[in-house]
Amino acid sequence: MMRMDAPPASRAANRQALTRRWMSRGLCYFILLSIALVSFFPFYVMLLGATQDNYHITSTVTLLPGRHLAGNYARMMQNKNIWRGFMNSLSLALANTAVCLYFSSLTAYAFAKFRFKGSGALYGIIVSTMMIPGQLGVIGFFRQMSDMKLLNSYIPLILPAISNCFAVFFFRQYLESSLPNELIEASLMDGCPEITIFHRVVLPVMVPALVTQGVMSFIGNWNSYLNPLIILTQTQKMTLPVMLASIKSSGGAADYGAQYVGILVSVLPLLIVFAFANRVIVEKIAIGAAVKG
Amino acid sequence: MLTRKRQRWAYLYILPFFASFLAFSVYPIFYSFYLSFTEYDPLSLATRWVGAANYIRMFTSRYFWDSVGHTLVIWLFSIIPQLTIAMLLSLILNERWVKGKTALRSIYYFPNLVTPITIGLLFNMLFSYPGGTINNILTALHLFPHPVEFKNAPVLAMLVGGIAICWQYFGYNIIFISAGLNAINQDVYEAAEMDGANAWQRTAHITLPLIRPIMIYVMVTSVIGGLQIFDIPKMLFRDGVANSTRTMVLYMYESAFERWQFGFGAALAYGIFLVIAVFSALSLFVTTRIGSKNAKEGKTA
Repeated sequence: MMRMDAPPASRAANRQALTRRWMSRGLCYFILLSIALVSFFPFYVMLLGATQDNYHITSTVTLLPGRHLAGNYARMMQNKNIWRGFMNSLSLALANTAVCLYFSSLTAYAFAKFRFKGSGALYGIIVSTMMIPGQLGVIGFFRQMSDMKLLNSYIPLILPAISNCFAVFFFRQYLESSLPNELIEASLMDGCPEITIFHRVVLPVMVPALVTQGVMSFIGNWNSYLNPLIILTQTQKMTLPVMLASIKSSGGAADYGAQYVGILVSVLPLLIVFAFANRVIVEKIAIGAAVKG
Repeated sequence: MLTRKRQRWAYLYILPFFASFLAFSVYPIFYSFYLSFTEYDPLSLATRWVGAANYIRMFTSRYFWDSVGHTLVIWLFSIIPQLTIAMLLSLILNERWVKGKTALRSIYYFPNLVTPITIGLLFNMLFSYPGGTINNILTALHLFPHPVEFKNAPVLAMLVGGIAICWQYFGYNIIFISAGLNAINQDVYEAAEMDGANAWQRTAHITLPLIRPIMIYVMVTSVIGGLQIFDIPKMLFRDGVANSTRTMVLYMYESAFERWQFGFGAALAYGIFLVIAVFSALSLFVTTRIGSKNAKEGKTA
């Protein structure tokens, strides 16, 4: 921005402005990087802790990994079969996501492309339910499942995914902007049966939205704790978060090394999902902001 | 083409949703309401009608009001640094000259994906006494002569809870606020720059008023989510003497699923609902007021 024909006085002023600009930029980078370090710090402690023995974790400050990963892992596996919990969580999250995506998109399609009696009121119910705190019905839900002899079963953890208000809201927004009516009309003209239109025409158009919502649903389910905690009673069926929590509460002297390995096992899949779906996740949140803004 | 007869298909399409919605969302909420007027006897498995007794017990219970207080303090300890950091970083990341934006946003955001149980466990170990990592660092740097027992100092314990939640959510808010900043028309800034407005003036009089709707949304959802915190406090300092991290939902969980007082637990659920409704309305009122005041000042300036 410096002009070569500027008089000497203003050139000095320019230089000053330039120094000030570089200093403020330096300060900004310093803030950005130090917060990034703070953000990463707990993960670093986790990685270190998983490789160190309990003496080093509790009594020293070190930045270098130790050589006790295998020992920590063996002790953790003795305590709980964490891979069992891992597989339970994985299958539950996948089933849940599949159910949520199919039925939410079907519902959203009905609200986006059909004008039926009561559609406004019913959709209003869906939107207003999104504001009700989730814990309100927890005890009633538990007693209902207990009455129906469905405790310790996966059914109460999968079937409610059929009615995910947030997913319906998101899909409807998407369909209204991305699915042209002409496409449906053309399929009807070709004599395509109604449900086939949904499967062959609507679902393919929705793929980007399905991926986005699918990633979010999967993560949400992978992390869910309260419902699996109250519904599942057998260790065999427990999900990973429930198992991790029970390692902590199973008493005795705290075995930090083993616990850090457990934490590592629960964080790794999220890291993998994030590495592949980073852009999708960020976009989904940004879309949320655009809707609200 | 869009005949009236065709519209009937819609009912079939929304049927599974509303069947599940009624069975698993609406019914449990009403059933909870009924249960809140009853008492459960774990020995005979009988449920007995007790009228408003559970509600009277709740409103006169010190433990309930304590849990409300703990929840609010933890929420404040988390929301203040969370929004300050998120706002500051979003504004910096919004500058054109910053390099590595995507990588930085990913690093900030990643904690938000981590299982809350894991976060609670991680922070429990970081802040444990006497051999937690934070204590080791503080004593090694000679900032404190002795390790600090975080879990038994109520304010510190709640502060750690707040820090854990802040760590989990500030990156999410950065993405949210950044999207809002992105949506602001660049012409407005160029016009202001032409009129001689400096960076601070542009931030105060253009950026902040324009992302007001986003901030209102962030505040209200943060009240609804933040007052329901359960997983992190449950893992954090449950054995602390003062139980200063026992939040409302944790108290409800303990009543219903550890002491088998389903009736009292259900009453607590409705009490929590009330508290959350009051504070969401309050936060909506306050953020809207502050926002419109700023906007007015911006106009006269």
